[in-house]
Amino acid sequence: MNTEMFFEKLILVVVLFSVSLLIAMYSTYLERKVAAWLQDRVGPDRAGPFGILQPMADGAKMFFKEDFIPVNSDKWLFILAPGIAMFTALITGSVIPWGHNIVAFGRDISLQVADINIGILFILGFVSIGVYGIMIGGWASNNKYSLFAAIRASSQMISYELAMGIAVITVVLMSGSLSLRDIVDAQHGMSWFVFKQPLAFLIFFVCALAECNRAPFDLAECESELIGGYHTEYGSMKLGFFLFAEYINIFISAAVIAALFLGGYNFPGMDAFTGNTLALLGIGAFFAKIFLVIFIFMWIRWTLPRFRYDQLMHLGWKKLIPIALINLLITAIVIAFSEGWFN
Amino acid sequence: MESLTNRSKMVSNKKMTFLEKLYLPAIFGGMLITIKHLFRKSNTIKYPEEQRVFAPVYRGQHVLKRDEQGRENCTACGLCAVACPAEAITMIAAEREKGEEHLYREEKYAEKYEINMLRCIFCGLCEEACPKEAIFLTDRIVPSNLQRGEFIYGKDKLVEDVNDRVDISLRQLTGKRKEK
Repeated sequence: MNTEMFFEKLILVVVLFSVSLLIAMYSTYLERKVAAWLQDRVGPDRAGPFGILQPMADGAKMFFKEDFIPVNSDKWLFILAPGIAMFTALITGSVIPWGHNIVAFGRDISLQVADINIGILFILGFVSIGVYGIMIGGWASNNKYSLFAAIRASSQMISYELAMGIAVITVVLMSGSLSLRDIVDAQHGMSWFVFKQPLAFLIFFVCALAECNRAPFDLAECESELIGGYHTEYGSMKLGFFLFAEYINIFISAAVIAALFLGGYNFPGMDAFTGNTLALLGIGAFFAKIFLVIFIFMWIRWTLPRFRYDQLMHLGWKKLIPIALINLLITAIVIAFSEGWFN
Repeated sequence: MESLTNRSKMVSNKKMTFLEKLYLPAIFGGMLITIKHLFRKSNTIKYPEEQRVFAPVYRGQHVLKRDEQGRENCTACGLCAVACPAEAITMIAAEREKGEEHLYREEKYAEKYEINMLRCIFCGLCEEACPKEAIFLTDRIVPSNLQRGEFIYGKDKLVEDVNDRVDISLRQLTGKRKEK
């Protein structure tokens, strides 16, 4: 790999990292604002005009608190857990195609850090490792409540990964490839997969909500259920990492939903543009879809009550997996028909 | 058994219909209700730019009043301190000297009069107990502070200024006091 390629990828990684952090930061602000608007309130509006500097204030508050490690906890695991959560949250962003290729500085720059041919499998794999962050955090805290919460959270996450994977297989059948770039390219113009596979979209959406530990599946971390959940014993920046990793997960899940089902960077009428204009408009369309999905995540959070643990497990195993399997079967039969297998 | 109001509903233990078991129609209905609130005006009063309107009987910060000649009404009789349920009022009495007739109404006055605003519960019993119409609760809000010690208000903060009287006519007209 020559130095030019190295620098190109390095700059892309830095830009992606900063954009992820920035969007996650303002997701926290937007969450409070959207929550307030849906509850006839105003939300934070004191720190800066319209409260824009509120995430800075929150970050500064996190920095200034005392960073302690409980005496009887497993010290290295305690420090490792938020790191794992943050790492898995950030690295999944590297295989998402953010737009068409840009032509700049005499080079054809691809807006995807790593165009591996098993893209979506990579993302599913790292989401599974993300469960470790929560499990280790709960175990290392040396706290009964944290352990309980961590066990519940990890069982919830692995249950919903199955239905998510089956929904993804459906999409892969339709596009013929695991690479995210190919999946997005198969949804040119307005032929998005959400119109062809509404059931898979719904299943994937619900499972993404469960993977992000987000209401109505937030049993693991809600205050009223288990004190503080798996991050009870964490303070200062470690807690900041856990909370932040959750918002980065939300951003990346929204990006994956937009890429798999809502057509990624494709938009109706895109054949009229070429080159850099097409790329920029595509990026704009992608981010508009991502923000729409994030808004719907927040909308659902402030509408629905929480699932009880047994209701959650019942939904994941006894309802979503059979529905996803039947959907997969029907899709496979229809595709086989259309490719002439039964003639 | 008779119910007290006509708002009670009988609880039904029917099994869920197929549409109810789907959860989805109920979820979408709920989301529709929530999104309507996005477009409504909020009920928030943005303090300190906007302030809410207080009732005439609102009990806020105390004031020790003076009479028309500018003499302090309070005679340090201690009835307010005895009436206070939170024991927030303390005072030290003193005798009026020869040249101080224009300062105090009677021969006994309060040399030191302190109300601990952190203990005070703003119940107004001191105002009801006072026989000299000396202490009243106004509609001013006690401002916040960073130190506990600064919440003990002495005479400098409680006695009204001679030139800048606090208007308590609304409090005097409500309840038992008659206009003289």
